[in-house]
Amino acid sequence: MSIQASHSFYPLPGGIHPSENKAQSLQGPIRQAELPARLIIPLTQPGFAQAHVQVQPGDKVYKGQLLASGNPVTGLNAHASTSGTVVEITEHAVPNMSGLPELCAVIASDGQDEWQKLPPLDPAETDVDTLITRIHDCGISGLGGAGFPSHTKLRGALSKVHTLVINAAECEPFITADHALMREHADEIIKGIWLLLQITGAGKCLIGIEDNKPDARDAMLKAIEDAFDDRLSLVEVPTKYPSGAEKQLIWLLTGTEVPSGKITIQSGIMCQNVGTARAIARAVLHGEALVSRITTFTGAALEHPCNMEVLIGTPVAELLAQCDLDESRLSRVISGGPLMGFHLPHADLPIVKITNCIIATTESELPTPAPQQACIRCGFCTDVCPVNLLPQQLFWFSRSKELEKAEQHNIMDCIECGACAYVCPSHIPLVQYYRATKAELREAKEKELKAEYSKKRFDFHQQRMEEQKRQDEQRRAERAALAKKRKQEAAAGGEQAGGEQAGGEQKEAKDAIKAALERVNAKKAARAAKASQQEQNDTEPGS
Amino acid sequence: MSMLNSSPHGHQGHSTGQVMQQVMLACVPGLTALTWFFGWGTVINIIWLALLALGIEALILHLRGRPIAFYLRDYSALVTAVLLGLALPPTAPWWLGLIGITFAIGIAKHLYGGMGYNPFNPAMVGYVVLLISFPLQMTRWVLPVGATDALPGFGESLVMFFGAEPFAGIDAYTGATALDSFRQQRGGMLVSEFWSVTDVMGRWSGLGWEWVNTGFLLGGLYLLYKKIIGWRIPVGMLAAIAILSAVFYDGGSSASGGSPLMHLFGGATMLGAFFIATDPVTASTTPKGRLIYGAMIGIIVYVIRIWGNYADGVAFAVLLGNFSAPLIDAYTQPRTYGHRK
Ligand code: SF4
Ligand code: SF4
Repeated sequence: MSIQASHSFYPLPGGIHPSENKAQSLQGPIRQAELPARLIIPLTQPGFAQAHVQVQPGDKVYKGQLLASGNPVTGLNAHASTSGTVVEITEHAVPNMSGLPELCAVIASDGQDEWQKLPPLDPAETDVDTLITRIHDCGISGLGGAGFPSHTKLRGALSKVHTLVINAAECEPFITADHALMREHADEIIKGIWLLLQITGAGKCLIGIEDNKPDARDAMLKAIEDAFDDRLSLVEVPTKYPSGAEKQLIWLLTGTEVPSGKITIQSGIMCQNVGTARAIARAVLHGEALVSRITTFTGAALEHPCNMEVLIGTPVAELLAQCDLDESRLSRVISGGPLMGFHLPHADLPIVKITNCIIATTESELPTPAPQQACIRCGFCTDVCPVNLLPQQLFWFSRSKELEKAEQHNIMDCIECGACAYVCPSHIPLVQYYRATKAELREAKEKELKAEYSKKRFDFHQQRMEEQKRQDEQRRAERAALAKKRKQEAAAGGEQAGGEQAGGEQKEAKDAIKAALERVNAKKAARAAKASQQEQNDTEPGS
Repeated sequence: MSMLNSSPHGHQGHSTGQVMQQVMLACVPGLTALTWFFGWGTVINIIWLALLALGIEALILHLRGRPIAFYLRDYSALVTAVLLGLALPPTAPWWLGLIGITFAIGIAKHLYGGMGYNPFNPAMVGYVVLLISFPLQMTRWVLPVGATDALPGFGESLVMFFGAEPFAGIDAYTGATALDSFRQQRGGMLVSEFWSVTDVMGRWSGLGWEWVNTGFLLGGLYLLYKKIIGWRIPVGMLAAIAILSAVFYDGGSSASGGSPLMHLFGGATMLGAFFIATDPVTASTTPKGRLIYGAMIGIIVYVIRIWGNYADGVAFAVLLGNFSAPLIDAYTQPRTYGHRK
């Protein structure tokens, strides 16, 4: 093989080396999950705009048919993942961080799995806008973590990005979905990357992969070689958690630090995950909506851990059964990895677009956390924080509710990777404290902002009243002067001229009102612009 | 949100109790050397202090309405007992330990809110209180094997321990420590002259003390290897002592402060550098801060040894370091990712 992996990277501070537990699920090829009888497909995404539901109970739908459309800017479309009948549209629990139920379409499968695809596009002949619209139409969101709608991210990145970073690190233990995908579909990933370069106009692409998956690396290198594209290079980085976190990977590969509070695009870099790249390729080249994904099923309570291609909406319980779940040993089910994932209250939940891994674990594999002890300020947490925070200080501030100090110590830059809690000998659930503090800070900010607005509104009102008063007074004075003048003129016998004067005065008053209105409008516009900018800064697209 | 729901779901498996156990294990080489050269006194001290520490801790936890067994399992009280026991002279009577550990755990630790909240190292608070209140008892060390014909046996050590007043024969065994003699009895001699006239000096440092320090150095390296302590504090402290003593060595003249080896392997240097200054609760917590904190303690130790009123300054230096730790932390915050310098 002539193309080699590069090993030049910028070392990441901190980090941990938990046992990988990846081999279990990599023994065989990607399995095809059985077609479920019933699917629960979320129509909305938490935190994103409301969707317009396009179907009704009783409707017959095809695989890939639109169920709900999100708004064109930040919304995410939802599609039927197999053919069948819509049974009901209802709120259902879904595996998300917040634990809140979402509006879902329940579909009874007809067993045919019959596609309705969009026409394939020839990327060489298609303009960027159409490509992005296709990505929107197919409901593609980041498959690596946060599930941010891809079209939104791409539109925001147009002609602002010089480097595309592809996240193939998959640094969290247990998860091997991207690893398996690269082993088997490297060519499709590279096609997706090509499309991403085409859309963004980025001049180069760095693919970051951890050095614990040589087979995936070789498959990717082969695909790069076949693509004859010298914009692509693959960088192998040392295995260390959390080198796959977006800003951390960007540092590793480019030596660029994305400024605090900014999104990566503002540094000219866009990060996408390998799974997303592949989904984009399928959408553009085959017209397929995002109706399935590769998910790792692992954990000691499964007889046969593996990676499976699963339809969005398939109940987790059915899939666990297909991997021969041993219920007697099961202690809990985790969605995502052991460091950043969340605990599922039960398995009657569907697979969603961000479900990269399901861990059915046992007490001995991932023991129940020991009770929290006092912080001994050992600083183990400081040594592992990849962002160079002082986790123990943040903990003290969080506990004593010193929000301001926590903010001064940059708690908002915490990426919640959990490395600190992982090493804490006193078993303090540090991340839980940080999440609470961050939420409180955000709330306080919002309140402040609101207070500022209402103060501004009040000031403005006050100003307007004063202006009004001033104008009234002026007018009164003018009128008085005029009356005086008129009297004098009347005395002089010039009635005609006086009438003309009055008309002129009326016009003047009108002009004053118009000017005041214009001032009001200008202020309003400025305020609106400021608010929308604020909003933009607050939305941080994940990968 | 319950704890079960919160990430991370894994843990590397070290608990605070295990950390403390490792620290105690790492004391063994130093303790062995102490016992070899100075007799059973230190072992007796440690056992006595350990019993007291557990009792006092349990009593206070009970009074504060905390779960006793849960908190005792962090072993922090035992570590305090061991460190104070290592620091006390082997001739210490029982009441000395009682007063010291009561101050250490009752006041320095629990009056400030208990484990993790205490700004001062409890063992060193106990030590300094004793040193100021009972200077005579606190400076009466046993002469090392080699400088005296016979060490006090286990029985005699017990007699010393239980005696409210020292028994008649005690003077045969005791004297000033090597660092003390070097300071007080040199009387204008060259370093080499002093070495030849006294029998309390060994090869590079105090007789026996050089091995005691080697023992604590070994234990310290073990803790470093186990990643229980970081390198910054010990390196900062030892480097400061080495540099200062090299600067003031003055070729071994009559005004010499003693060689770097004498200082590094004398007194409580290694115990202080690896076991006491590194006490996480009371040390600086930022990476840069720890280097500064260690260096500061090293400087104070040297200054006290050469120009101060006490033969050794580790305890005072650590307490002064504790005092400055919050300030050091405030000025050495590391630069967070994404924040420009
Ligand atoms: S690791 Fe835990 S005990 Fe140690 S300083 Fe950090 S929070 Fe405190
Ligand atoms: S969770 Fe936050 S504080 Fe803890 S290691 Fe990760 S980034 Fe640092």
